[in-house]
Amino acid sequence: MGSQTPWVYVGIFVLVGLFIPIAAIAIATFLGPKKPNAIKQSTYECGIETVGDSWIQFKAQYYIFALVFLIFDVETVFLFPWAVSLNSLGIFAVFEGIIFILILLAGLIYAWKKGMLEWA
Amino acid sequence: MTTMQVLFLFFAAIILGSAIKVVTTKKMIHAAFWLVVALFGIAALYAMLNAGFLAMVQIVVYVGAIAILFIFAVMLTRKELLDKGAALNNNKTIAALISLVFFGGLLLLLTNWSGFTKMAPDLPEGDMVAKLGEALVTPNAYLLPFEVASVLLLAALIGAVYVANEARSE
Amino acid sequence: MEFWYDPITTIFNSLLATFTGWGMSEIAATVLIYAITILLFVTFAMVLDIFLVWIERKVVARFQDRLGPNRLGPFGIFQPFADIVKLLIKEDITPVGADVIMFNLAPIFSMMSVLLLWAILPFAPKMVGVDLNVAMLYLVAAGSIGTLSVIMAGWASNNKYATMGAFRTVAQMISYEIPMVAAILVVVVLSGTMGAVGIVEAQEGIPFIFYAPLTALIFLISAIAELGRSPFDLNEAESEIVAGFHTEYTGMKFGLFYAGELLHSFTFGGFIALLFFGGHRFFGLENLGPIVGAIIFILKAIFFYWVIMWVKYTVPRIRVDHMLAFNWKFLTPLAFILLMVTALVGRLLMDSLWLVPALFLSNIFVGWMTVLYLKSHERKTREAEEAKSAPVVQH
Repeated sequence: MGSQTPWVYVGIFVLVGLFIPIAAIAIATFLGPKKPNAIKQSTYECGIETVGDSWIQFKAQYYIFALVFLIFDVETVFLFPWAVSLNSLGIFAVFEGIIFILILLAGLIYAWKKGMLEWA
Repeated sequence: MTTMQVLFLFFAAIILGSAIKVVTTKKMIHAAFWLVVALFGIAALYAMLNAGFLAMVQIVVYVGAIAILFIFAVMLTRKELLDKGAALNNNKTIAALISLVFFGGLLLLLTNWSGFTKMAPDLPEGDMVAKLGEALVTPNAYLLPFEVASVLLLAALIGAVYVANEARSE
Repeated sequence: MEFWYDPITTIFNSLLATFTGWGMSEIAATVLIYAITILLFVTFAMVLDIFLVWIERKVVARFQDRLGPNRLGPFGIFQPFADIVKLLIKEDITPVGADVIMFNLAPIFSMMSVLLLWAILPFAPKMVGVDLNVAMLYLVAAGSIGTLSVIMAGWASNNKYATMGAFRTVAQMISYEIPMVAAILVVVVLSGTMGAVGIVEAQEGIPFIFYAPLTALIFLISAIAELGRSPFDLNEAESEIVAGFHTEYTGMKFGLFYAGELLHSFTFGGFIALLFFGGHRFFGLENLGPIVGAIIFILKAIFFYWVIMWVKYTVPRIRVDHMLAFNWKFLTPLAFILLMVTALVGRLLMDSLWLVPALFLSNIFVGWMTVLYLKSHERKTREAEEAKSAPVVQH
């Protein structure tokens, strides 16, 4: 096993983490009554008959925020190793990280000024 | 066969199976979720190789961000999300032939590669992530790619802003 | 005595000896022991979760000047068990048009994403599931599984409200992940490690709350947003979209979402204790042994869980545009500025006696500058609006 042991533990944790909720749902399915009818199974929209599809078109804004998020997510991934090794490196490394962050903050400010971060 | 090999075959089967489902399934949302399954399989392979950092990055970036982006993109399109056309068209023979040729070529190249017979070198002692961080900011190692990565991300952000502005002004 | 100071290893070794004595290989025995201990550990988490339901109902009742559950057992402590029996014998309804497989998988993944966090939660130095060297990224990765489960639930329900709620939730969760990760990065810079145990060890003398008070506040705010609790409960805004992404869920499946949310809040209470308040430490009391340390850790986690509840039941819901603007125009830049300041000051004054006061003062300085900037910005916008709306009167 050797060095993989922590990931073996995580793997077993994933399996147990799946097993517990599945067991809970299975017990509930076994114990609960099963008397389906059309009204009960209809889509719940506050008692009013459902009109049309549930495929409504979403604001493009959701997509834009997801894009901005993706870029910052990748940035933080790069910064994690930098942050871990910071104390053993010179002051030079700190400035490299700061430049890295500043370049991306400039991007955030650009998006802000262009009105990308507005919801309306 | 060792336990590691069994696990590898298991995860490889999951990756390949879900990758095939990505291209064959008719609902776009289902394709996105099959893609997530494939990405999880790859993360598991990284974890098996003791590359914990890469495994976590795989989940954080691909499952947590890119898959969400795909799903948002799919939900944005108003058109029917069910592909009703046939999965194959008239060019299927040529396509199969071309892909077979490429597969054969890759196989030929890989059988001649010496990397398969070599054992992986032992990992150095200590915290891998700290070593990676040191490599990222050492001028003789990967400092330039590290800073260029930030410029690349900036370019991607500006591109996204530009495209979104175009889309909005329409 | 050995058991008292290192209970997990003692139990592990004795079990390993027993199982290998039965003729099992060491690997199989290790896997079996892992499976048994994890099962017990997760069961403990679920029992704690039941207790959390009671705490939540009691505390919200007190905040709203009510008594809360008080009939079943002393102080109504057996009420959640009655709730569970009720959830178990409810009919499970799958709405028409739902994507059955994904509809059923969503609550399972939601619960799993919370339970996974328990693998890295260090209750005491030797009482930790697994000491990953990438624990902080693991925390973020488990969060992305939670995000995925929300979008699965919303999409598979085939319900407009559910889809809308899921989209709001996901937009909120991914947005507030950025300042949260930046806050975690500050802690990583201070401790020089991504491992949970290492971060607790680094707070040997002074907890990180004194190094980075503003960062702790940012972490608390973004944790509340990640949890989707009020004031960030737009995902289940009852007056707008019924119950958000879990509108169509009934019985135990709804119960899993609900219990998952409570356990998630408690777990984040634990992470606040771990990242900023020294984990299991409490004025030397932790030296009595890891079990005492674990109890201190759980009490700290419950305290921060209470803080999260306090915020939830005090502050009204914010609007979606305000929620996103607050994150992208305020929290994210501030968190990254704090990261740069902490890295710079921390590196310049490394091993110096002035490190903690300097970091604390720089935090105060950044906070003060932010307040000044916000004030001037607010004044400018107000003047601009007044100039626009005020009629020009000439005398």
